[in-house]
Amino acid sequence: MAAPSATVDDNFLTHEKGILSWLCTLDHKRIGLMYLICVLSAFLLGGSAAMLIRAELWTPGPTLIDHQTYNQAFTLHGAVMVFLVIIPGIPAALGNVVLPLMLGAKDVAFPRLNLASWYLWVIGALCLITSLITNCADTGWTFYTPYSTTTTTSVIPALFGAFILGFSSIFTGLNFLTTLHKLRPAGMTWFRMPLFLWAIYATGIMQILATPVLGITLLMLIVERAVGIGIFDPALGGDPVLFQHFFWFYSHPAVYIMIVPAFGVVSEIFPVFSRKRIFGYKFIALSSVAIAVLGFLVWGHHMFTSGQSIVAGTVFSGITFLIAIPTAIKAFNWIATMYKGAVHLDTPMLYALAFLWVFSIGGVTGMFLSVMSTDVHLHDTYFVVAHFHYVMMGGAITALMGGIHYWWPKMTGRMYPEKLGRIGAVIVLFGLNLTFLPQFVMGSRGMPRRYYNYLEEFQPMHQLSSLGAFTMGLGFLLVAYYLLRSLKTGPKAPDNPWGGNTLEWQTTSPPAYYNFHTPPVITEGPYEYADWTYDAKVGGYVRISKQAKS
Amino acid sequence: MSHATAPSHDADHAEGHGEHYPFLAHHFDTPEQQFETGKMGVWLFLATEILFFGGLFCAYSIYRALHPEIFEYAHYYLDTKLGAINTCVLIISSVTAAWAVRNAQLKQTNMLVINIVLTILCGFGFMGIKFIEYSHKIHDGLLPGHAYHPAEPVWELPIYKAKYGEEGAAAEGGEHAATGEHAATGEHGAAEKGGEKAPAEAKHTGYVKPLMGPHEFNREPRDVQRFFSIYFCMTGLHGLHVLVGIGIWVWLLLRARTGEFGPKYFGPIDFAALYWHIVDLIWIYLFPLLYLIH
Repeated sequence: MAAPSATVDDNFLTHEKGILSWLCTLDHKRIGLMYLICVLSAFLLGGSAAMLIRAELWTPGPTLIDHQTYNQAFTLHGAVMVFLVIIPGIPAALGNVVLPLMLGAKDVAFPRLNLASWYLWVIGALCLITSLITNCADTGWTFYTPYSTTTTTSVIPALFGAFILGFSSIFTGLNFLTTLHKLRPAGMTWFRMPLFLWAIYATGIMQILATPVLGITLLMLIVERAVGIGIFDPALGGDPVLFQHFFWFYSHPAVYIMIVPAFGVVSEIFPVFSRKRIFGYKFIALSSVAIAVLGFLVWGHHMFTSGQSIVAGTVFSGITFLIAIPTAIKAFNWIATMYKGAVHLDTPMLYALAFLWVFSIGGVTGMFLSVMSTDVHLHDTYFVVAHFHYVMMGGAITALMGGIHYWWPKMTGRMYPEKLGRIGAVIVLFGLNLTFLPQFVMGSRGMPRRYYNYLEEFQPMHQLSSLGAFTMGLGFLLVAYYLLRSLKTGPKAPDNPWGGNTLEWQTTSPPAYYNFHTPPVITEGPYEYADWTYDAKVGGYVRISKQAKS
Repeated sequence: MSHATAPSHDADHAEGHGEHYPFLAHHFDTPEQQFETGKMGVWLFLATEILFFGGLFCAYSIYRALHPEIFEYAHYYLDTKLGAINTCVLIISSVTAAWAVRNAQLKQTNMLVINIVLTILCGFGFMGIKFIEYSHKIHDGLLPGHAYHPAEPVWELPIYKAKYGEEGAAAEGGEHAATGEHAATGEHGAAEKGGEKAPAEAKHTGYVKPLMGPHEFNREPRDVQRFFSIYFCMTGLHGLHVLVGIGIWVWLLLRARTGEFGPKYFGPIDFAALYWHIVDLIWIYLFPLLYLIH
């Protein structure tokens, strides 16, 4: 359709005004920003719960809160961080903003469905949070039966919230998959797609194939609790382990729903800040898909101690090892991308490098846990806690932070203060390691997870861990402070501050309402930087050919 | 739902630049692209539906594999005749739905309206019969979990007696353990004779062989309520989908009456029909799995 008669100042932020123009918008960029605001608010809530947990664990026994409140706090922390922050964080928030831009499309395939997903997210989030806070659900985020069917706290609203959130996630995945298939402009072949889009594609497959199973599982659990149909209740002939199978059939792929988009983000950051074409493009692209496929076959490694057969355990363990291969392919390709590149240590790159280190620690300790014999020792200890925080916090959240900084100029049209950005990144990284490294040690010495009380010999470790958590909290507050301030006082962002060659950098910052004033023509891959050169007057990169012409 | 958000066109000459398509959304280049996109969205949605039901089918298979006797026993409580009628009703409605797509493509507005009305009527017919079935179940106490209090055991049911004969059905009364002299071979001829079974041994030793045979139920297996858990979950969720489908058809009926659909724009009818077919298909699996157990 005809491009809007737009002046240069007309962009998606100023195109329409008023709160209703946001709440009723069908524009993917605005929906993405609304997701971002919500996700970061949830992050604040989940983070506060984490601070409360770490403060409580400063001393053995009661410190600040009683044990029931403590159970609620870790349930709140886990459920909010998993369902409200990490799962929608990169795909729904950043993905919504940049996916059509990177693809060269005007919008996602189903804009109204996209807005509906956001509303579903809000409804689900409100259900989940209010039920966790007011009704004191204390099951942990995994809702394991038989505890979740017998506890006296009210679990149904929390389950219902997670159920709704699942559908939000399904519809987002469906929308993105369809967009990637059907809205590619001429010239945008599969292997010219930026790697972030490949990651979103793999994520979409998992969202569509795994999340419905969580939906039906939660629905069965709701019915079970409401009327006692006994599908998971041994007293009525049901099987509680069946719940675990169903739950992990979703929730293991969900782990990759959380981390694969993070791979996508750092795959964008590494080549741009190394000024060098990505190494092994096809391998990185297809390894995302390989992870998506293998991710469906490993759910049993969460259940080594749930009484499944040794044969099943061995198979699950073996396939789990296999997942290390595509993951390592990515890591080595990122390193090879930096090799002999002109590495710029801007904030997004700092987060990407942090990701590489921290995620590798998380990944390698995952191998300890996928060995059945060591898992029996480490199961349900702080070792597991440290492992998945290194992956989720160190992986997904670090990449989310990197992505937010990387696309901040594009999303808001403002630059954040670079120096504060670097300081923030270093503080967060330091706090992260200080929090979770001691937990590996504690866990391998037998400190069980989720415990309110602990032996005195663990106190120094717990205090180190708490100090790290507080440091990290301060770091995030600093990040929040300068990002919010930059909205008002930040210098205007150039169109291409980092010199990226993906399509979102070839429109204005912030983009026009219909994304591109003239439809982009795609003639080369997304990681060719020869045409771009830094222009100090603009404060960003410009095309050499354009300069030569003028 | 995806079909609601993806109005689309089928255009014979999409590249006709001058032509104006009232339903073409701004982010599509051609009506064809819009239709293709909508169609893919619906197919993906149907994939999620299959996985959604897949959880229940998985639970069904596991419990049936572990405890086949429960399913063989409890299925006698279901009314095969009503189930069969419902299957026919849904298949007919799928025909009218498919026909409606053709009507929309050919812009036969009157036939389109008639076919949509027929589809809706079939949907209501299905739900009506389901209502009758459910009320019988509730009346007879055939409910999941703790609510399971059957009014009468299977061997007292007329269906069971008609099939295996009065004598064979009631042979041992309700108190005694069944015997396994005739293993689960399904010899109906033998079943007719019924009384031939040799209960003496079991009576004296107290040894209970597993209840496997279709004619051997003179004692209730353990945890029969589990069948009704699965039954109500599966048929209930399916019924909910039929209701949603009826809602979609009513909405499309209102739109169809204005003559909105034609060769250039029939996507919504097509997508609704696809959804309706998948709901139909799920029932076609549910019917034998729940009603026709042998």
